Amino acid sequence: MIVADKKPIEEIVEEIKDKEKILILGCNECVTVCEAGGKKEVGVLASALRMYFLNQGREVRIDERTLERQCDHEYLEEVRDVIDQYDAVVSLACGVGVQFMAEKYHTTPVFPGVNTSFMGVTEQRGVWSERCQGCGECILARTGGICPVSRCAKRIFNGPCGGSTNGKCEINPELDCAWQLIIDRLKALGKLDDYEKITPIKDWSTERAGGPRKIVREDVQQ
Amino acid sequence: MKLKTSSKLEKILANSHLAVTSECGPPRGSDPEVIIKKADMIKDHVDAINITDNQTSVTRMCSLAACIHLKHMGLEPVLQMVTRDRNRIALQSDILGAASFDINNILCLSGDHQSFGDCSQGQNVHDIDSMQLIQTVRHMRDEGKFLGGDHIKRPPKMFVGAAANPFADPFEIRVPRLAKKVAAGVEFIQTQCIYNLDKFEQWMKMVCDRGLHEKVHILAGMTPMKTAGMAKYMKKRVPGMDVPDEVVKRLADTPKEKQGEEGIKICIEAIQRLKEVQGVRGFHIMAIEWEEKVPEIVEAAGLYPRPKVD
Repeated sequence: MIVADKKPIEEIVEEIKDKEKILILGCNECVTVCEAGGKKEVGVLASALRMYFLNQGREVRIDERTLERQCDHEYLEEVRDVIDQYDAVVSLACGVGVQFMAEKYHTTPVFPGVNTSFMGVTEQRGVWSERCQGCGECILARTGGICPVSRCAKRIFNGPCGGSTNGKCEINPELDCAWQLIIDRLKALGKLDDYEKITPIKDWSTERAGGPRKIVREDVQQ
Repeated sequence: MKLKTSSKLEKILANSHLAVTSECGPPRGSDPEVIIKKADMIKDHVDAINITDNQTSVTRMCSLAACIHLKHMGLEPVLQMVTRDRNRIALQSDILGAASFDINNILCLSGDHQSFGDCSQGQNVHDIDSMQLIQTVRHMRDEGKFLGGDHIKRPPKMFVGAAANPFADPFEIRVPRLAKKVAAGVEFIQTQCIYNLDKFEQWMKMVCDRGLHEKVHILAGMTPMKTAGMAKYMKKRVPGMDVPDEVVKRLADTPKEKQGEEGIKICIEAIQRLKEVQGVRGFHIMAIEWEEKVPEIVEAAGLYPRPKVD
C-alpha cells in the first residue's frame, strides 16, 4: 500500500486559517490501513480544527467525508454537487488523491493533510516500512525476493557495501542491511551461488529518471 | 606480465615488489598548498598517493583537482571515485578528464552515505555501484567505448582498483564478494584498516584457496592509532571496523603521551607480520591527518627505499 504519515496540525492550520468553509476529505484505501487518512483520522482532524477555531473565536464550518478512493474519477465525482459549498478541501488521501482532486476541481483550493511517504507494509500495528520504489523494472527474481533499490540506502545492486555490521545498515543500527537479507534468503533457497552473478548496470529510464510515467493498456481500454 | 597502462603502481606490482601507497584527504577550501604539503611529507616513501573523494561525505576540494596538483609535482596519484555523487555521465566524463592529465590509477568506491557528512539533506545518486564502476572503467579502457556504445578517441588507460573489507558482515561472502570484483575486472585492492590480524589472515587464506591472489594485487590497509580514544571510537562507532580488545587495551595501558608512539609500533609490527602472508602484495598506509608519520612507518617496516621503475 501507499503509506502516509499525518502532517503536524500547525502546518494544516497555517494553510487554512483564513478559510470559512472547509471539507476534510478522507480516503478509504491505503491511508485508512496505515491510519493516516481514513474516516477515523478525518474525525480526529476535524475535531482538532473545530477546537482551534473555537479558541480563535471564529465560526468556521468544518465538514467530514470519506470517499472510497481519491484516485478514481467515479468516487471523486461524488463530491461534485457539494464542492462549491467549500472554500477549501483538506485531503487526507496520498499525494495521488490530492492531485487528482485538484485536477478535477480546478477552482477549489486543495491542501494535503498527510505526508505521503512510501510503498510499504504493516510490520505490526503502528509500524510500517518501505518495500518498493516503483522503479518500473522488477528485479526481485534475481535478489531472493528482497529489493535493493528500496531497502538499501545506496540502492547497491552488487552489495553489501563495507558498512554492513551485524546485519545492520551503516546509516542506522535499527535498519536491516538489505544485502544481509538477500544473502540469508539466497542461502535459505539453496541459491547462494547466484550471489556471484554480477548484476549489470540498471536501466533507470523506467524509474523517476525517465520523467513522469504512464501505462496505456489498449486491451483494457473500452 | 604485460602492462596494460602507464601506471607506476602497476609496474611496481608487476615487478613483484611490495607496493606502498598512502592517501591524502583534500582540504575543505581551495588552497592547493594543503595537498602539496601533505604529499611532500610522504612522496619519497610511497609509490602512489590516493586522493580521497569527499570522504565521510564531507564536502572538500574534488579528488580530480587534487590529483592534478600531485601530477604537477611529478607524483603518482590514485583517483578515488565514489558513485554516491555522480551519475554515469559525470563518472565517465571525470574519468576522461583524469586521463587527459595522465592520471593512471583509479579506485572505484560506493562512498559513505551522505547522512554522515555536512549535506545530510542532499540526494545520493548511486546510478551505478562500485562493482559496475570497475566494469565501466575497464570497458572504457579495454573496449575503447563509452557505456552508450560510442567510440572513445584516446581511451583512458587506467589501472583499476577497488576496496575490500575483510571484516564487514556477512563474513561468508567476503571472499565471494572479492571474487565478484575480480570478475568485474579489478586489478588491485586496498583493504579496510586491519587490526584483527588473525581474521585478516583467515580471509587471505580463503582468498588464496580460490586462487584470487593470482588475479588481483592485494594491498593491506594500515592506519596507525593516535590514541586509545581513537581505538575505542573505531571499535564502537566506525561501521565495518574490527578492532580487537587487546589493541584497545595495549593503547589504554600506555601513558597518554606515549600512545601515539605505541600506535605506530603496533602498525609497524602488523606490517612486518603481514609481509609474510601469502597474497599480500603491498601496503596502503592511511595515516589520517598524520601524514608526517608515514616515512617513519615505511622505514621501520623495512619498506624503504622504494624501488625505482621506469
